[in-house]
Amino acid sequence: MIGLIVQNAWTQLRRDRAAQLLAFVVPIAFFSIFAIIFGGGGTRMNGTSRVAVAVVDEDGSEKSRALVEALKGDSALRVVTTRAVRSGESAAREPLTRATAEQMVKNGEVPAALVLPAGVGASIGSFNTAGAKALVLHDPSDPVAGRTVGGLLQRAALRAAAAGGGFFGVQARDADEMMPLRFEQRAVLGEKRDSPMVAFYAASIAVMFIMFSAAGAGGALIEETESGTLERVLTSGLGMTGLLLGKWIYLTTLACVQVAVMFVWGMLVFKLPLLQHLAGFIVMTVCTSAAAAAFGLVLATLSRTRQQLAGLANLIVLSLNALGGSMFPRFMMSDALQRVSLIGFNAWALDGYLKVFWREAPLSALGPQVAAILGFTVLFLVLARRLARRWEAA
Amino acid sequence: MAVLEIRDARKSFGTTLALDGLSLALGEGELLGLLGPNGAGKTTLIRAIAGRVRLNGGTISLYGHTLEPEKPRRDLGVVPQENALYPLLSARENLETFGKLNGIDGKHLRERIAWALEWSGLADRATSLVRTFSGGMKRRLNLACGVLHEPKLVLLDEPTVGVDPQSRESIYDMLGALRARGTSLLLTTHYLEEAEARCERIVIIDHGRAVAAGTLVELVEQAGLSGRRVRLSLDRAAAKAPTGFALGDDAGTLTATITDVVHELPGLLARVQAEGLAVRDLEVRTASLQAVFLKLTGKELRE
Repeated sequence: MIGLIVQNAWTQLRRDRAAQLLAFVVPIAFFSIFAIIFGGGGTRMNGTSRVAVAVVDEDGSEKSRALVEALKGDSALRVVTTRAVRSGESAAREPLTRATAEQMVKNGEVPAALVLPAGVGASIGSFNTAGAKALVLHDPSDPVAGRTVGGLLQRAALRAAAAGGGFFGVQARDADEMMPLRFEQRAVLGEKRDSPMVAFYAASIAVMFIMFSAAGAGGALIEETESGTLERVLTSGLGMTGLLLGKWIYLTTLACVQVAVMFVWGMLVFKLPLLQHLAGFIVMTVCTSAAAAAFGLVLATLSRTRQQLAGLANLIVLSLNALGGSMFPRFMMSDALQRVSLIGFNAWALDGYLKVFWREAPLSALGPQVAAILGFTVLFLVLARRLARRWEAA
Repeated sequence: MAVLEIRDARKSFGTTLALDGLSLALGEGELLGLLGPNGAGKTTLIRAIAGRVRLNGGTISLYGHTLEPEKPRRDLGVVPQENALYPLLSARENLETFGKLNGIDGKHLRERIAWALEWSGLADRATSLVRTFSGGMKRRLNLACGVLHEPKLVLLDEPTVGVDPQSRESIYDMLGALRARGTSLLLTTHYLEEAEARCERIVIIDHGRAVAAGTLVELVEQAGLSGRRVRLSLDRAAAKAPTGFALGDDAGTLTATITDVVHELPGLLARVQAEGLAVRDLEVRTASLQAVFLKLTGKELRE
């Protein structure tokens, strides 16, 4: 009898393609996606991608120039010393200053900047604790970049010192003196906050949460099909377009309220600076909710049953969020993967929230993110409408 | 003028022919029953009238106006076989929703909801959530949602399926009240007794065509089953059937068809006696809809 139960279950599984997909294909897809992002080819920790660092040489000495050259020659770093400026019709490049380098870190263009102040050349390889120190400016949302730059700076300084006659015969008294170039680190973002990382993770969780939530709520459409209310509604004067728009507006407002509740909780309990960034928060939340709602409708119109919807939502939402930076910051990924991740609206949404809460960017800076997210929204709505044709008159 | 007129309706789904030149007409205030075995095309026809199926050929007219698919049909009410209701809304909220979707609002809607709650016997449960309702209550509300906007024609797809006899009776009372107001009704049912007892006319459809239409008497004639069926139960098995009888399967019953009970029945009984058989029980009746249905479609109609 027990054997019969086992046989029966296997027979049913063999005849249910959706269940087979969930049982065998989804785990493989998950494994592959996560392996790419967190494993071999996706992150820059494995050496396939270099840490970008803005370098400002205020000293201009022979040794400091040698240091910059040594840094440029390091395969783990991508050294940026100039930036583009527009003068009239033509584009030109100008050397970075301490202020422009700091702004690049704040804008998220590079995760760290290295400033070599005047007199630092004399300090390289001198083991003089009273000498000038290098300054590493970093974005604390990228915990690796600042330390990587600091470490690689030592290697470059050793090379620069060796090339210039070196530091032989020096008696080191402590570990600090063994450093060929001492440096200090300063976070250029989040330094005024009590718990700066909360703002970073609140956005990550909010975006992933409303994607799951919209996918689940979109399942109401499937329930209406099963209960017959969809048929009844379509028999009335309301067409499929009207029905989908109604559902979309509901899902959008629901997602807005959910995110607002989450951020208010974050403000009250974790000191999330919501009120200081209210306008940006509203813009990003409305846009992201609209896209998530339309995305939920696509999944609902694509699925025939609740079970299919659940499987599809798990696969797509988790994959997009792994790729889009909710689980693992995008800036830690390789450049190629960072570009690929922009196929998901959630990556744009996360960038937008980070601009608001982390980089304290003005509203006007949200233009690219808002445009991309609204573009995704229109695309999803059109797709959902096309998929919903199966419910129209046959 | 006919309220509803269907002419030569044709519809295929892939290689399956669902409607094959079906025609029928429904008069003002009439209750027309649509009977057919599973897969005969009943639901396709109902969905085509409701605008949810596009015909490949033929026309459907309501009061002389040809209906287009997916266009609003204000004169039409549809009561689906499933209880198409929102379980987490109350009876009143469900009525409000479907009333507004069908174009009524404001004071008129409030008046209609009050009428519908009274009509369906749910006035005391107006604010209760539908998920707490019994099957019969849901059926009645399902019906009320379909007629709230005062349609002139109501399509009912198996309106009494799965409900107890008492609820079934109250549903037919509700339908009677609608007819008294002049509403025309077209219903599909699996219950032959219901169709026989409640419908003025019956259309039997099979393989997407109307194979017979008319009152029960007309259908009996069309099926060639006119006359009275005589069934005798014997006290023992008969070796052979007397002249004019057919022997039943168990040889303990005899059946015959006669047209004049008074003049033919005594002769039949005399022949039975002459064979030395005794009659234990006697039944005389007209051909049932069941027999007509079986004769015309070659199939039993089961739920």
